Amino acid sequence: MAKAGSNLNLDGQGNPVWLLLELTYKCPLKCAFCSNPTDLDAHQDELTTAEWKKVMHDARNMGAMQIGFSGGEPTLRKDLEELVAEANDLGYYTNLITSGIGLTRKRLENLKKAGLRHIQLGFQSSDPQTAHWLAGVDCYEKKINMAREIKALGFPMVLNVPISSLNIHQVPDIISLAADIGVEYLELANVQYYNWALVNRDQLMPTREALIAAEAQVAEAREQLGDSMTIFFVIPDYYEGRPKACMNGWGSIHLTIAPDGVVLPCSQARSLPGLDFPGVRDHDLASIWHESESFNLYRGDSWMKEPCRSCSEKEQDFGGCRCQAMLLTGDAANADPACSKSPHHHIVQDAVASALASKQDHSRLIARDVGWVPTEM
Amino acid sequence: MADSNNHNSLARFSIAPVFMFRWEESQQAHVLMYPEGIVKLNPTAGEILTRCNGANTVEDIVHQLSELFCEQPEFIEPRVHQFLEVCHGKGWIQPQS
Ligand SMILES: C[S@@+](CC[C@H](N)C(=O)[O-])C[C@H]1O[C@@H](n2cnc3c(N)ncnc32)[C@H](O)[C@@H]1O
Ligand code: SF4
Ligand code: SF4
Repeated sequence: MAKAGSNLNLDGQGNPVWLLLELTYKCPLKCAFCSNPTDLDAHQDELTTAEWKKVMHDARNMGAMQIGFSGGEPTLRKDLEELVAEANDLGYYTNLITSGIGLTRKRLENLKKAGLRHIQLGFQSSDPQTAHWLAGVDCYEKKINMAREIKALGFPMVLNVPISSLNIHQVPDIISLAADIGVEYLELANVQYYNWALVNRDQLMPTREALIAAEAQVAEAREQLGDSMTIFFVIPDYYEGRPKACMNGWGSIHLTIAPDGVVLPCSQARSLPGLDFPGVRDHDLASIWHESESFNLYRGDSWMKEPCRSCSEKEQDFGGCRCQAMLLTGDAANADPACSKSPHHHIVQDAVASALASKQDHSRLIARDVGWVPTEM
Repeated sequence: MADSNNHNSLARFSIAPVFMFRWEESQQAHVLMYPEGIVKLNPTAGEILTRCNGANTVEDIVHQLSELFCEQPEFIEPRVHQFLEVCHGKGWIQPQS
């Protein structure tokens, strides 16, 4: 995920700190906000168990300490437990990023034994019907059950709820549900508009009023809940006029490996046209990180154009998100158009206006329709 | 500043389960990892947290550190208490019951 700044008080000293493994693009759900590529079928040749293990070794030797197992749906890989055990032995802090579909009590117990430290559970809504609209599949019951199993086994858990126009009015209910399940951390993640989410942007984008109302509800809940649960919520870049400090800078501390072994500075970067990202099947991981053209292209700030080049904020936000700059302005070296100083900021304002003018109705959502695998609920 | 003697000298602390604490060769430092981040600790902090293993009392930690750094226990004690207070406040450590 194109995360905003990660919390850390160390720098990678030129090496990756966070390793994200996208084990597969396949998924039993069809989320209309999914940030996975829209042209999946081109990259379905997944790395083998041995190849994933080599990636983990190599990245650990480079200094990576945090590992995330994501996708698609990582639990579709039968070797997940084996990979987690290996990561734990190597000294990584292991995170599983899952929709919960594909998990069972037995698998959770085995993941616990394998040394899994933490689970991020993706969640759509506090209302089964809305969850069905967003996920394209009926999965609410199963997710709630899994959330409770995860807590029963004592895993620390983050509930990740992508927030859009469909569920923003449910924020208080979502908070209550999270508190009832007993999660430590609730991430109300504003949908970021890449891939399927971009396809559905007019339908998904909430209004400024709805965001401000949600922000107040979050503040109230924080007051009531105190330390028992931490709620993460920020007004999204589209409305703030401030770009996100995407990935702490390109090729700075984040390393993502796509299912077919392609090495990326962030999951979304694959959608940048004209860039040829090398894969671990053909090249050494360290040489890709240090020497490949794609990793060096937007490293540091020498690639920047105005207004970023002479801007006092460039060391805080690194000029925002390269993928968003590309998708919206046609040039990844432009300032992220979410920035109010960008000469392209009107594009973001137009997107907001377009969503406002659209008739938002769940029946108009376009479900992610590639890489779907049926699973028993 | 909170009273730095809030913690009983006989209390025992351990690292909270969300966190993973260990030496990191590539950083030449102890690190504390949690889902959303990593904290790199300075040498003294690293030595104190290493001893938060559920077995040492705060008093034990004070004595071990005063030996390690060749300082009087009277000098070390308030500093250890203060640091443990901060760690507890951040949720890094929890008292053993
Ligand atoms: C792409 S999913 C893959 C893992 C798993 N299938 C899941 O959904 O949890 C990774 C995380 O990104 C979140 N997510 C997906 N699309 C997003 C978007 N457009 N904006 C923000 N978060 C998104 C999901 O909720 C999930 O927590
Ligand atoms: S469709 Fe939903 S569950 Fe599947 S990868 Fe995308 S966000 Fe995760
Ligand atoms: S002009 Fe560029 S560096 Fe300055 S705030 Fe905007 S995106 Fe960031």
